[in-house]
Amino acid sequence: MTAMSMNAAVRSAMEVMLERDPSVVVTGEDVGWFGGVFRCTDGLQQRFGDRRVVDAPIAEGGIVGAAIGMGVHGLRPVVEIQFADYVYPAMDQLISEAARLRHRSAGEFHAPITVRMPCGGGIHGGQTHSQSPEALFAHVCGLTTVVPSDPYDAKGLLIAAIESDDPVIFLEPKRLYSGPFDGHHDRPVVPWSEHPRGEVPDGHYTVPLGRAEVRRPGDDLTVLAYGTMVHVALAAAEATGIDAEVVDVRTIVPLDLDTIEDSVRRTGRCVVVHEATRTAGFGAELVASVQEACFHHLEAPVERVTGWDVPYPHAQEWDYFPGPERVAAAYRRALEA
Amino acid sequence: MVDAAPPHRWLLGPPARPGDEPDFSWLHVPPAGSVGRPDPDVPAGDVRDLASTLVRVLDDDGDAVGPWDPHLEADELRQALRSMLATRAYDARMLSAQRQGKTSFYVSSTGEEAVSVGQAMVFRAGDMYFPTYRQQGFLIARGYPLVTMMCQVLSNEKDPLRGRQMPVMYASRDAGFFSVSGNLATQFVQAVGWAMAEAITGGDAVAFGTVGEGATAEGDVHHGLTFAAVYRPPVVLNIVNNQWAISSFQTVAGGGEATFAQRGTGYGLHSLRADGNDLLAVVGVTRWAVERARAGLGPTLVEWVTYRGAAHSTSDDPSRYRPADEWEAWPLGDPVERLREHLVRLGEWDDDRHAALLARVDADVAAAAAEAESYGTLLDDRHADPRTMFDDVHAELHPSLRRQRDQLSAELEARSAGRREEREAAP
Repeated sequence: MTAMSMNAAVRSAMEVMLERDPSVVVTGEDVGWFGGVFRCTDGLQQRFGDRRVVDAPIAEGGIVGAAIGMGVHGLRPVVEIQFADYVYPAMDQLISEAARLRHRSAGEFHAPITVRMPCGGGIHGGQTHSQSPEALFAHVCGLTTVVPSDPYDAKGLLIAAIESDDPVIFLEPKRLYSGPFDGHHDRPVVPWSEHPRGEVPDGHYTVPLGRAEVRRPGDDLTVLAYGTMVHVALAAAEATGIDAEVVDVRTIVPLDLDTIEDSVRRTGRCVVVHEATRTAGFGAELVASVQEACFHHLEAPVERVTGWDVPYPHAQEWDYFPGPERVAAAYRRALEA
Repeated sequence: MVDAAPPHRWLLGPPARPGDEPDFSWLHVPPAGSVGRPDPDVPAGDVRDLASTLVRVLDDDGDAVGPWDPHLEADELRQALRSMLATRAYDARMLSAQRQGKTSFYVSSTGEEAVSVGQAMVFRAGDMYFPTYRQQGFLIARGYPLVTMMCQVLSNEKDPLRGRQMPVMYASRDAGFFSVSGNLATQFVQAVGWAMAEAITGGDAVAFGTVGEGATAEGDVHHGLTFAAVYRPPVVLNIVNNQWAISSFQTVAGGGEATFAQRGTGYGLHSLRADGNDLLAVVGVTRWAVERARAGLGPTLVEWVTYRGAAHSTSDDPSRYRPADEWEAWPLGDPVERLREHLVRLGEWDDDRHAALLARVDADVAAAAAEAESYGTLLDDRHADPRTMFDDVHAELHPSLRRQRDQLSAELEARSAGRREEREAAP
């Protein structure tokens, strides 16, 4: 075990897989010589060479399209999109090609690609370096979509993603790279080395795709969150003294409804939290699923805490960000209803 | 209103519309054999002229001339003729099946069979062909079963794609024929990626990427050209310029000031323009490109100049946008007739043998159609079980899909119970 930041854990996952499996290649903008703008591929090209850790032209559609061709050939490409906000030129290749190739060819072809991308705000990235587009991917049948919330999961889930025979979208909340950020942006950064989930095995292990994890057991209400919002939800529970059960959804698709339903049936109240914009966000899917399965157990309307339906602002990002106060207010509403 | 021409230029349309005389005066056709064949290791900068000329082997008399002649054996020429005729007969049969309602849609390749058939002759097992929807000639020339192709078109119980895809979206790993996509041009950059993987793994197989001239306007083509220029992988990039993208003349995609091959020179790629209706030119130029690829010399772009003799698809009516006799006026002729004339000129063919071959090809296609239709058509209920639509969405069935499949099963059972009740209630 080694104390790792989340970007170091992500890097470790790729290093382990590059070493274990000659079919794994890593590609993306600035991932080779430079090691990535968030250092997630630092040193990998020096170790594995420029045919396995490959600098790519600035053309996300080309990067993903070429990766699909590599996947068809038998490789397992791990693509880095420099920011999730840059993924849109690749959407046709992801939606029409990677996601559907196995189905449309009845299994003749498939593309086992993993597409990593830093997401979320909190670094003064404005509207082009802060987005959380997970709902766009969740809406596409054929894709697996993952959002880890700590270094241990990030490494284990990324290895599982690389080993998956399906295309996997792997969203890395960039504000979590350096520590378990809980939304208190005015407080000193807590490093992962001071957090138990920052202890990461050095070698190969997986965290299964499609399983949620209860981060904090509780009886008052169930919080469904993923990525950065897991830590915000925990902070809100601590600040309010409300005994919230915080479920880290981890994998958006496939969704672990069993864990979610078990918790909501027990607590009878539910708050859904995400950083992305509200309308048709993944929270809507969570709310719909909860009411379908748990309607008769609910004692209050399911609350939704999200970013506003506006482009992520630069100077006012903490007024956009659904921080602990906004989350705490939703807890209280859910309990008072 | 001032009745004056606007000061700015605008989109260049086709030279002829319905009712006009066909006009191909813009197409410069150099004599066959007049274009030199450089060594495959020539620097790209030394062969820029190959992108603006037209490599041709078969001359107007049916003789094979010049350095691009691949010197095929008579048997190979006859086999190529057979493949092209079989493709034409297959197209005719499937077109008529669509007219009879046995399927929803069809795409013919009439007039441009030489491109896919000629490339199939250079293709080697282990290579990968990334086609458009108009490359059925490749599968036929490679000996892929006609019955299987027809079952796909008819979406019947032996459709290898289990009714999931529109007709002509074939896919076969064994045949080296990548899954046809209805989203145009996506395969072009995928072919480059496949070739990059070949370079990474150190093999000598070749990827073939193909796109129509209309879809060259898609970003994927420019991504493909960029990645081909940057990584220099073993790929042959084909632009099949058949002049028409549904109703849009080639100038709508390319502007008309440069050839499509010349786009490649701007990327620093070895780029050629060749007569796509000349099977010998197709084989000769493809061999040159493949030789470069297998030798590690990198990618080649080829624009194949041809003409879409048929409608775009069964949903299209070309009489609304181009002269009805335009194909007859096409200066590069009919690839089938040109190869037939060549074989006759060689003394390897005559009218009787041609008639016999036509009859044989028609009989083969008819027999295949009879067998394929015995497994059902779109008109009947003999499709893959609807529950199979949940297979292959993911490598393994997700829990949510299992629930949805159960729901569909219940619907299907209720429907069939309803039909049973109706039958029992009937007098």
